Amino acid sequence: MRSKLARRAVEGVVRAILVGASGFSILTTTAIIVVLTLETTRFFRSDGVSFTAFITGFEWNPLLGAEKHFGIWPLICGTLIVTIIAMLVAIPLGLFTAIYLSEYAPRRVRAVLKPVLEVLAGVPTVVYGFFALTVITPLLRGIYAGFEIYNVFSAGLAVGIMCLPIVCSISEDALRAVPTSLREGAYGLGATKFDVSVSVVTPAALSGIIAASLLAVARAVGETMIVALAAGNLARMIWNPTEQAQTMTAYMVQIFLGDASNFGVEYYSAYAVAATLFVMTFLLTLLGHRIRIKFREEYE
Amino acid sequence: MTHLPASTSSQGKTDRSQPALVTPEVLIAPPARPTWIAAAPHARGSDDKAETTLRISSFCSWYGAFQALHEIELAVPKRRVTAFIGPSGCGKSTLLRWINRMNDLVPSARAQGTLDLHGEDLLSRSIDVVDLRRRVGMVFQKPNPFPKSIYDNVAFGPRLHFRMRRGDLDGLVEQSLRQAALWDEVKDRLKDSALGLSGGQQQRLCIARAIAVGPEVLLMDEPCSALDPKSTARIEELIADLRERYTIIIVTHNMQQAARVSDVTAFFFEGRLIEDGLTEHIFTNPTNKQTDEYISGRFG
Repeated sequence: MRSKLARRAVEGVVRAILVGASGFSILTTTAIIVVLTLETTRFFRSDGVSFTAFITGFEWNPLLGAEKHFGIWPLICGTLIVTIIAMLVAIPLGLFTAIYLSEYAPRRVRAVLKPVLEVLAGVPTVVYGFFALTVITPLLRGIYAGFEIYNVFSAGLAVGIMCLPIVCSISEDALRAVPTSLREGAYGLGATKFDVSVSVVTPAALSGIIAASLLAVARAVGETMIVALAAGNLARMIWNPTEQAQTMTAYMVQIFLGDASNFGVEYYSAYAVAATLFVMTFLLTLLGHRIRIKFREEYE
Repeated sequence: MTHLPASTSSQGKTDRSQPALVTPEVLIAPPARPTWIAAAPHARGSDDKAETTLRISSFCSWYGAFQALHEIELAVPKRRVTAFIGPSGCGKSTLLRWINRMNDLVPSARAQGTLDLHGEDLLSRSIDVVDLRRRVGMVFQKPNPFPKSIYDNVAFGPRLHFRMRRGDLDGLVEQSLRQAALWDEVKDRLKDSALGLSGGQQQRLCIARAIAVGPEVLLMDEPCSALDPKSTARIEELIADLRERYTIIIVTHNMQQAARVSDVTAFFFEGRLIEDGLTEHIFTNPTNKQTDEYISGRFG
């Protein structure tokens, strides 16, 4: 028997370790936000930079000496095109795979498909980047010669494949959380498996599916390695996905890997871009979280 | 066949003049028939001119190696209420779920014998289960409305099976809700979520949903077991009304309920049909000792 004192001491130590561990992540997040805010403020205090021009400008050329323009939109444009292409791949494919896994797949197929998807989720993004550059792009150029060596389409496809397991596994959880009694109710009315999947189970799991999609969007917006390798480095407003463009993350890589002289305006501009990105992904995560809470309430 | 099955199955007919084996506590307290049996309004079951809708013969069913039903012989009369009673695990729900082939969803379930619905064998491979489930509707133990509007819940089945004009569908929804005695409570909020209804209302909605596709037979699997006494009374009244139009089979654990709502009662025990006949007869003068003991509450 341990003494009461020893028990209390152990309790105290355990408690301290746990509090420390969880405090660490909060501390890190706070530190990141503080650094981002400080450096972003420094950027906006620099000569020739204004917040309005930053948030409304359509020209981004921080490295052009005297002719510097800091309008964020070309970078947002690159990020959005990559994200849209990625979601056009990830959401339908992920959702269909999830419906197949949850409603149709025999146990044996599930046992193979699930681990394959988990492997897909575990591939480092740099591998996807090289895959885009050395496999997808040549394939695309074989189909249509107009694709540039660096193009947002190829990067978007790779980001989409990367996001597929996220959409799939969270959607599948949501689909499987739909009570069997609802499926039975629909079968009892003479619904086919397709009717049940499409008219009952998917709508019932919709909030979970939306949450999964938002999480994938946040992931795609923040993806760095793939776009830095395959999408190009020219910040401009484009509509054509066969051309190259720079995303917000790719710009940050360019600056922090030494294209810019340290501690110049262009260096601090990367922090402003990072802060913008942070706000975007934060809002997406928040929205996804809200929807997931609503989803949980629905069946309780 | 033009008369109701009033005889017992071949299983264990006991001679009631012989002293039965009884346990000491039964000797101390001689069985008094509960008063509710005498009060049961079973007068309406007294006609014996009902046609047979469903004839069950030599019916056996298994889950894997476990035999759940043994050689069931039963005739279900048209436009009457047939109650399946018996202790948990006696096979009554299994039999019910074979009648609309819901057991097709259970991979290990199989059956042999005949389920004859107007000359059609429901176990035959050529049976279209989608059409069968339209003709044989089902109401489940727990109310299972879809997370859709009240209107869409009722319109779900008709939309699967019929091409209807909007106005006709509106009419059918109203008529189904009226038949389920729910119309007056929900007519002003047809577009509201069905999940906002009370449990009893939800169950009546499920009944409306089932009758909207125009079934001939309604299967009810303990439809009141999740409801409070007041809601239960409403469902029972409703069953009495629905009896005019539908052949109803109700599984219930509640013997008062069986006595109140049914015309014919079938008592199951350990996968065998022990006794079936007019409810009045079964509850006042059962032929079989096990039936007698079960309905007077001595086991089960």
